[in-house]
Amino acid sequence: MAERRSDRGGIAFGPAEGKNVSLKCFRESLAAGLFAAAACICVLAVVLICAFLLANGIPGMVRIGVFDFLTGTRWKPSNNLYGIMPMILGSLYVTAGALLVGVPAGILTALFMSRFASRRMLKFMKPAVSLLAGIPSVVFGFFGLVVIVPLIRELFGGNGSSLLAACVLLGMMILPTIITVSESALNAVPQSYYEGALALGATHERAVFRVVLPAAKSGVAASVILGIGRAIGEAMAVMMVAGNWPVIPDSLLKGVRTLTSNIVMEMGYAADLHREALIATAVVLFVFILSINLLFSILKRRAGL
Amino acid sequence: MAKFEIENLNLWYGSHHALKHVSLSIEALKITALIGPSGCGKSTLLKTLNRMNDLVEGCRITGRVLLDGQDVYGGMDTSLLRRRVGMVFQKPNPFPMSVYDNVAFGPRTHGIRGKARLDDIVERSLRAAAIWDELKDCLKKDALRLSGGQQQRLCIARALAVEPEVLLMDEPTSALDPISTSRIEDLVVSLKQNYTIIIVTHNMQQAARISDRTAFFLLGELVEYGDTEKLFSLPRDKRTENYITGRFG
Ligand SMILES: Nc1ncnc2c1ncn2[C@@H]1O[C@H](COP(=O)(O)OP(=O)(O)OP(=O)(O)O)[C@@H](O)[C@H]1O
Ligand SMILES: [Mg+2]
Repeated sequence: MAERRSDRGGIAFGPAEGKNVSLKCFRESLAAGLFAAAACICVLAVVLICAFLLANGIPGMVRIGVFDFLTGTRWKPSNNLYGIMPMILGSLYVTAGALLVGVPAGILTALFMSRFASRRMLKFMKPAVSLLAGIPSVVFGFFGLVVIVPLIRELFGGNGSSLLAACVLLGMMILPTIITVSESALNAVPQSYYEGALALGATHERAVFRVVLPAAKSGVAASVILGIGRAIGEAMAVMMVAGNWPVIPDSLLKGVRTLTSNIVMEMGYAADLHREALIATAVVLFVFILSINLLFSILKRRAGL
Repeated sequence: MAKFEIENLNLWYGSHHALKHVSLSIEALKITALIGPSGCGKSTLLKTLNRMNDLVEGCRITGRVLLDGQDVYGGMDTSLLRRRVGMVFQKPNPFPMSVYDNVAFGPRTHGIRGKARLDDIVERSLRAAAIWDELKDCLKKDALRLSGGQQQRLCIARALAVEPEVLLMDEPTSALDPISTSRIEDLVVSLKQNYTIIIVTHNMQQAARISDRTAFFLLGELVEYGDTEKLFSLPRDKRTENYITGRFG
């Protein structure tokens, strides 16, 4: 008897629990659907941008002549001359210069934060670095305009708006990227490597520079690649300090125009072929960014980040 | 003659008293085994001998540790100390670089340059660690791609390359298969000719097989220290007997 009753109790309890379960199922599938939709929107955005760029950029490029467009050294929309070599080189120069400034400083800072700084120092440095990362590029540009440009004018002459100014400013702007990614790569290096080096009689400095840093090299390289991406894609700050001549610069003190600033400066009023040439410029920029991303993901896989 | 003289050593990790009034003298050119249950302070004692404890925050030491009569904690240069007292860790920890660079790291650290000299040191160290024949054709290979046993012997070679006087080994075979283990045991015995060796082990047979002297620790105290044969056949302390016969705890 007793067994039966408890049996019935079990049955009576069953449907209520079943309802709960189905409600939970429904909620879960709703959530999953939402996430899937969000993911789709993200992928769709990328696909749409790609399609838009290619559909609008390629015809213009073909009309100008792909070779003339990519290797032409004169950009004069009023004369129907659309050669973007100065801008390609401008972007490369500016990026290379930014790396010269930002990479050594960034890696040394990351090393300092990871292996030398006291906890008290870190308490100040970490927020400082993330604040630097959060500063809008217009503000950086403004800083460049009122501090770096006049400084260069004072020190080296010229009007100050120059390749040099852009390099220094971009070097500062890529610092947070390089510091944070390098630092986490350095922190991920097993302590046993460091201890192994010390046990052989190495000093702290030697252990850090000769064992820990090389062990983190893929991660550090990844940080540099990310920095390149940031530098090559920056438009606003560079535009504010670079002088923006569409001419291949022959000195650090000459003005320079990058792919990005070329687009930003002229897109507002461009029409017809001019407009298409600017979109084609964006295609070139896109190809650069794509290869950088590819390189980054390869390195990331190798670093195991 | 005593290589290390440890006098009334006490060590605290914060408030945890990890070594209590330990006194013992380690004889030169002998193998000394440190045994005892987990957490009794064997690794801690080993690390006081080459001052790797300096890395541990809140670690406090009283007493004296003398290496050839010189106080290790009396202003001795740690770099010089660690050059004289090499260490092999429990888990093989080769650097993520080539076999050659691993072995050459120590000599380079101590200012040895010149390819011919380094080549010679690398070969001698790898030979001494009984791994030359396996690796002589792949000195450029990434050390992390070696097997666990090879890695550990490479680490021994790396330690030998700076020509230490003492070799500290913290359970060097605990991560290895029986064959690699017996190779390393043979190696340790052969190294006795030139090096003073202190080895931590959880393996009673291993301690009995290879060591000349054995120290038994319990909860940070040195319970018994003596010739290995005597300690294993006729332990003086009841606790030692219980431990080595497996009736512990
Ligand atoms: N870095 C540290 N900080 C705080 N306490 C520690 C530290 N290292 C070890 N200890 C403590 O000191 C005691 C001795 O540790 P030790 O590593 O020397 O033991 P062990 O005898 O080597 O043990 P095992 O056989 O498991 O390796 C343990 O109680 C441990 O918890
Ligand atoms: Mg231990």
